[in-house]
Amino acid sequence: MSIRLIDVHKAFGEKQVLTGFSLDIEEGQTLSIIGGSGVGKSVALKHVVGLLEPDSGEVWVDGRNVSVLSQEELYELRRDVGYVFQFAALFDSMTVNDNVGMGLKRIPGWTPARISARVEECLHLVDLDGYGDRFPAELSGGQRKRAGLARAIATEPKYLLYDEPTTGLDPVTTAVIDQLIVRMRSELGVTGVVITHDMDSAFRISDRIAMLYDGRIRFEGTPDEVRGTQDRVVRGFIEGRPDLLEVAS
Amino acid sequence: MRISLLRPVEAVGQAVLSAVAAVGRAGQLGLGAVRALRKGSIWGPHLLPQMAKIGVDSVPIALFIALFTGVVLSLQASYTFTGAIPLYFVGTLVGKTMVLELGPVLTGLALSGRVGANIAAEIGTMRVTEQVDALETLAYDPNAYLVVPRVLAGALMFPMVVLLANGVGVLAGWATSLSLLDMSSQEFLKGLRLFFRSWDVWFSVIKSVSFGITVTSVGCFFGFGTTGGAEGVGRATTRSVVVSSMIILVLDAFWAAVLLK
Ligand SMILES: Nc1ncnc2c1ncn2[C@@H]1O[C@H](COP(=O)(O)OP(=O)(O)O)[C@@H](O)[C@H]1O
Ligand SMILES: [Mg+2]
Repeated sequence: MSIRLIDVHKAFGEKQVLTGFSLDIEEGQTLSIIGGSGVGKSVALKHVVGLLEPDSGEVWVDGRNVSVLSQEELYELRRDVGYVFQFAALFDSMTVNDNVGMGLKRIPGWTPARISARVEECLHLVDLDGYGDRFPAELSGGQRKRAGLARAIATEPKYLLYDEPTTGLDPVTTAVIDQLIVRMRSELGVTGVVITHDMDSAFRISDRIAMLYDGRIRFEGTPDEVRGTQDRVVRGFIEGRPDLLEVAS
Repeated sequence: MRISLLRPVEAVGQAVLSAVAAVGRAGQLGLGAVRALRKGSIWGPHLLPQMAKIGVDSVPIALFIALFTGVVLSLQASYTFTGAIPLYFVGTLVGKTMVLELGPVLTGLALSGRVGANIAAEIGTMRVTEQVDALETLAYDPNAYLVVPRVLAGALMFPMVVLLANGVGVLAGWATSLSLLDMSSQEFLKGLRLFFRSWDVWFSVIKSVSFGITVTSVGCFFGFGTTGGAEGVGRATTRSVVVSSMIILVLDAFWAAVLLK
């Protein structure tokens, strides 16, 4: 099973954000979406779990058409999908432990003891041992981000959606998170979608890379194909050359 | 020329459209909340804490208002009667006005500031920081997690707070008539009992249940509708107070017309 977006259109009022966005993510693969700020990467990702509904087009996850699911079916689907928010979106009335355990509490059969063991394990994976009793306001931006990641992986979802998991982190922490994303894929067979600005990261962790430009996917291919492309927009983006981007379109 | 003539029409059209859209969204929220009532495992654990936050924590402000209202009612009654009407009617007026009108309405208005604004700011902040989206992705229905416990707590606790306020208002009126008006306790109590009907207390309860539902659900509505960062949260908070105060006053007239005849 996989994630498929087919010809998705999405506008907010007058503002067209996605105009015919199509993308296939194969099972067990990690795909990175790159693209400038504000082009609609987060908007595209939110469609995958039904946080936003397409104006037209279809979104398929795990063989299910997301936009026609009933509320219950949608919550059922979301149990299989972990979402790492761009700004962590931790519940600020709760400790880190309670944040990470939130998803587990909804699963029948998970006792408090089992939950707290799993929470500890997840905090260890993101290098946040001993931070469980803190509140989000007492963490740095990078720590909050990692706590958000721990919350997303706690339920061992089949799919993981990462919205800029390493933006704003130092190089060492970035490497830790990158390794974690790779391990999720190789050890647990997780299908992943990663939004990133960091091309080094993207080349390291991705099976495929797709560039969002002007409301749709401009280019999609393996890291090697991306490195070798002659597409001016893609080259302009990864080489950081605005001159190439401008004469494009 | 043509444009300037049409502009007012357009403006009215826009306003009507956005009002219709708002009513639609309110209906959706209401329906969602009713459906979320089934999900007791989500809202159950939050009901008691919300009852404490919405009810118990509101008692001081409600009693403060009731205390002074009772004093003023009793002084104004005796001033108005000036010997033409027997002084024991002060007790009647204090009791009736407090229980039928000022207890519920003043408490409701005060709590639309304290409780409604708080709910709108809290949910609005959760909305703009994507915590509401995070609830969704963790398979928590935000209606069950946020709306149901708040509205239920409002419906259950507003009447308690209002009954307390009614009682304190009457006691304050009594104490005032003893100390400042040269009345005896017998006189005050005679007036208080004279036209008292237990129905009055039910009326007070019905009103305050409706105010409790109004204040909490309007707070939730504007909280969920928040867009645009910290400024948006401020806007949602203000709107929630203004709109719930207006609805309280309209409901107040509505209940009087329907239930007092
Ligand atoms: N809920 C929303 N309401 C209105 N506009 C939105 C909303 N979400 C995103 N947008 C707009 O859509 C565009 C794309 O946003 P986003 O997907 O967050 O960009 P990015 O690619 O940086 O993640 C932006 O212009 C943003 O203002
Ligand atoms: Mg984004």
